[in-house]
Amino acid sequence: MIKESFRVSARAVDSRTVDAGDYYLAILNDGDTLRIVDLEGNQAADTLFYSAKDPTVHYSASNTIREQGNLYLTAGSDLRSNENTVMLSIVADTCGRHDTLGGACSTESNTVRYDLEKRCMHACRDSWMLAIAEHPEYGIRKRDITHNINFFMNVPVTPAGALTFEDGISAPGKYVEFTARMDVIVLISNCPQLNNPCNGYNPTPIQLLTWTQ
Amino acid sequence: MTKTLSRAHYKTTLSAGSHWSFKLRRGLSLQLTDETGGANVGMVLYNADNLLERYNAPDTLKCQHTFHLTQGHCLYSDMGHVLASVIEDSVGAHETICGNSTRDGVRESMGERSYQQDRNSWHQNGYDAFLVELAKYGLERRDLPANINWFSACAIKEEGDIALSEGPSPAGSQVRLRMDMDCIVVLHTCPHPMSKRGEYPDSQVRITLTDAPPVNDDDVCANHCEENRRGFENNRLYYLGSA
Repeated sequence: MIKESFRVSARAVDSRTVDAGDYYLAILNDGDTLRIVDLEGNQAADTLFYSAKDPTVHYSASNTIREQGNLYLTAGSDLRSNENTVMLSIVADTCGRHDTLGGACSTESNTVRYDLEKRCMHACRDSWMLAIAEHPEYGIRKRDITHNINFFMNVPVTPAGALTFEDGISAPGKYVEFTARMDVIVLISNCPQLNNPCNGYNPTPIQLLTWTQ
Repeated sequence: MTKTLSRAHYKTTLSAGSHWSFKLRRGLSLQLTDETGGANVGMVLYNADNLLERYNAPDTLKCQHTFHLTQGHCLYSDMGHVLASVIEDSVGAHETICGNSTRDGVRESMGERSYQQDRNSWHQNGYDAFLVELAKYGLERRDLPANINWFSACAIKEEGDIALSEGPSPAGSQVRLRMDMDCIVVLHTCPHPMSKRGEYPDSQVRITLTDAPPVNDDDVCANHCEENRRGFENNRLYYLGSA
């Protein structure tokens, strides 16, 4: 569902660009809002959420999909935890649909999907590993790296059950915005994948804007 | 569809609402039989030698370009290994996205979970069942990945709406896994979280452990797609030098 935001960029308390292949790790307080802007189009922002009070509570794709009865995320979607509580709500979306089935790329899954000798290409889960290694203070460990959201990524599922990674439905300047419903840790890998159309074979920067309540 | 099994090493039957976990070595086969029809078996798998490596639903689905699981599909870990593979299946589709029933969900749709009142007929839920088994290995809720729900399938509409398929698993339905790594298998027989039946199921699931056929040239899983050939090659590297 396309829903534009009423928030004004000039009033954001934080604005930054995250290059493809880099990560973002920060706390978003209850009531605060984060916007991810797909600056150049067809970029995947692989995202995980944790409760800032207890990071053993994390985003659950299963609970989110089941409770809304739909595979795709858009404005109006409540993002649920493994305890089935609402962590965040998507409040604006000019892309229209986001994936939470496809997971994040990893060097290991790249060997299966593309070629055993592609194991050393950069991948989202490696960005997350660096993030948690550089920031142990958040209490996130490898065991907490789980089934994520891919903002702007297009993974259609047919009624017959085929699942494919398709060229993006996003475009330059499209954005998605979500408001925290509890204090959360946001962990984003701006996807470096070069082997499939999730980034249009051309990984590009994203912009992050934060508004406080 | 179902070939003659080699001699069973072990057989048991689990009533609805049960949970169990065990180490199963590679080369063995785990067959699930829905004796009554309409059963649900929640399952997650961990590499027995490294519990940080566990079943990964997204990697499993995307590398085989499928939303459903059935014969020919491999169950991948987050480290690019084939934990187990579906060598036989009479059902045709099983789902791995919808998660588990919860205490609140079961209470609302099927009535209170009360051991005091109902003893062995209590209304156990899938999430609590997994938490109990995981704790036995030092694992917690943070360690629970998206699980498989054997004998349950989703119907998908064009716009992504999903619903639980009605009656995909008649009595006698079977799915047979080959263990491709030494795994901790954690399973429960609690109802599917989207079940609309309104009463707690009375299903019986038989578990049969036998020897599994090796991954030969004509293997239904290795030949399913190029990705699976590479998955089994990763397994070969993992076990290089071991018996």
